[in-house]
Amino acid sequence: MNKIKQYVTDFGWPRIIIFIFLVLLFVAAPFVKVRIDASISDVLNRFGQNALFVLAMVPMIQAGCGLNFGLSVGIIAGLIGSTLSVQFGLTEAFGFFGAVVLSIPFAVVFGWFYGKLLNKVKGEEMTIAMYVGFAGVMFMCIMWLILPYNGPTMIWGYAGKGLRTTITIEGFYRHFLNDFLAIRIGNSFVFPTGMLLFVGFAAFLMWLFMRTKTGTALTAVGSNPDYARASGVSADRMRTISVVLSTVLGAIGIVVYQQSYGFIQLYTAPLDMPFTAVAAILIGGASVNKASMVNVLVGAFLFQGLLTMTPSVINSTLQTDISEVVRIIVSNGIIIYALTRKTKVTK
Amino acid sequence: MSENKSIGRFFTENAVVIVFVLVTVAAIPSSGLSIQYIVQEMITRLGRNTFLVLALLLPIYAGMGLNFGMTLGAMSGQVGLILAINWNVAGVEGLVFAALVGTPISVLMGYVTGFVLNKAKGREMVTGYMLAFFINGIYQLVVLYMMGFIFPIRSPAILLSRGYGIRNTLNLEGVRQSLDDALMLKAGGFAIPIATFLVIIALCLFVIWFKKTKLGQDMRAVGHDMTVADAAGVPVDRTRIIAIIISTVLACYGQIIFLQNMGNMATYNAHDQTSFFAVAAILVGGASVKKATIPNVFIGVILLHVLFVVTPRAGQNLFGSAMIGEYFRQFIGYGVIALSLVLYAWRSRQDAIRAREGLRGVTAAAKPALSEGGAK
Repeated sequence: MNKIKQYVTDFGWPRIIIFIFLVLLFVAAPFVKVRIDASISDVLNRFGQNALFVLAMVPMIQAGCGLNFGLSVGIIAGLIGSTLSVQFGLTEAFGFFGAVVLSIPFAVVFGWFYGKLLNKVKGEEMTIAMYVGFAGVMFMCIMWLILPYNGPTMIWGYAGKGLRTTITIEGFYRHFLNDFLAIRIGNSFVFPTGMLLFVGFAAFLMWLFMRTKTGTALTAVGSNPDYARASGVSADRMRTISVVLSTVLGAIGIVVYQQSYGFIQLYTAPLDMPFTAVAAILIGGASVNKASMVNVLVGAFLFQGLLTMTPSVINSTLQTDISEVVRIIVSNGIIIYALTRKTKVTK
Repeated sequence: MSENKSIGRFFTENAVVIVFVLVTVAAIPSSGLSIQYIVQEMITRLGRNTFLVLALLLPIYAGMGLNFGMTLGAMSGQVGLILAINWNVAGVEGLVFAALVGTPISVLMGYVTGFVLNKAKGREMVTGYMLAFFINGIYQLVVLYMMGFIFPIRSPAILLSRGYGIRNTLNLEGVRQSLDDALMLKAGGFAIPIATFLVIIALCLFVIWFKKTKLGQDMRAVGHDMTVADAAGVPVDRTRIIAIIISTVLACYGQIIFLQNMGNMATYNAHDQTSFFAVAAILVGGASVKKATIPNVFIGVILLHVLFVVTPRAGQNLFGSAMIGEYFRQFIGYGVIALSLVLYAWRSRQDAIRAREGLRGVTAAAKPALSEGGAK
């Protein structure tokens, strides 16, 4: 009995409630004429789209930099890479991996500066990260308008310059991962094997990295800075590594997201993306200073499941669009819950 | 040497203001706007925004940083205005009615904010920011789904066509600029809303008086050091909650003043950028997370809004695109907040390091004395 109690407190009431809610939604779905197979397919798809963003939270949480509200810095790097890939006319595998490869150098450079900055402001990382991200997105808005891109599918037709708000990647690398070994059952169920393999592979690499010497040092810096210093680990260096890693994952994450979504979204689109990722990892059971692969996978699945199922089920039951409000309340409520929990390490 | 150092310190301490003045001065000529026009805009915008920015002062005194939770107060004010329109209370009475409705709601919201922030000591700002998002969801739930459904709404004109929920844009015709027009002084080609400024001056006097009261002193003590204040018998958590409640109520009144000047209310977006503009303004005025004065507020509102007025035109004239100016001013707004938070955090770390070096200096000086003693 005590064991169950302990397990419940570890898992946390909010997660249990959300899990039960999600199960209820799936149970209720057939009664309001929502197709279960299509729903599951949607959930898997959105899980794959967003999992890398959630994974990007892990290194910084582990290194004690808190939640990466500035993930948009990485997303911007990914957007630069993907627009360049389309500009160069790379298609299919070249297009996808081209976008990834082109965005990584930007992500490393941005991440390095961003990490250096966060090292100077220990204790205030989260608020500053948020505003650095916002400012970066706004700066890039200006850049998208004036950078000399000239692919005909990318720029505004009538002005002849300035990138469009959404750029289709149909014919470039749309569904490159999704369609790789995809399993189709019936009309409406598609298992996006390639994307899930990619996500699984990335999560596995992260799991491996966390067990290397660097990974252990990184966790040590986050959980006990004094001990880490005494054993000769440079806290600043580890923190910078974690930020660079997070930024690179953000960059790759947006490319994966695009190939599934089918469009490159520019301008103010990245503003809200960090918040979804933060909410997802917290729903998965991470705290402000501890996160694991299980948190990532469970969190991304629960949160995206909620995002997919609430609109379809609740809206067809109540005939309203109330689900957006439910989403706002649940995701931000979870973030507040995590921020207000007493944490042993920060004390 | 020391003079050089003090000049350097002056620049780092006022970096945000200096950068801002430079950008603004550079943008004015290229906007092509007349000084006359800019001054009139400034008078209007001072009346519109200052009250909201003043609402940020008390939590800063209490060491809680910038109160991003002020958005909750703004939402309370909007609920008040919706009801004023619903009951068709016009003119200044309408504003007073809205404030009377908004006060209990904002006191409750302030209590909630204070309670949550007390549980998140050390990360008040980010928590306040997320709390504003969370309550925004509740606000939408109430205004978009419950009003006209659970809470009766008398005036069908403000409801959505489906029969419940408030319209996306609310025409505030009854109360539009009623406070501004109550006592409008036309002098030298400028229109000056005296009544609005009197309200703002009254608030300034309140803040000055409040700082001298026992509660105000307690707040400064808590802001300086919570442990010491606690040891001295100051009820820390309670004082912090009171600071936030006052700030939230002021934000509620501030939003009502802001919206009566605008004349229209975007029901679901009007509060989105309230804290962004207010926080950017006070930081541009030279305030920091720990220190803010009334002059900071006025300087900040003027500087930020001069830039906001001139950049779209400057963008149009320089790059042929008004969007560039629009993005630029948002970039500057977010950038200023980021920059001043960074400078503040960086400076407080430098101070800590300097203090530690000071300690080291003592031991280094003490060592030769000891060894001399040993030689004897």
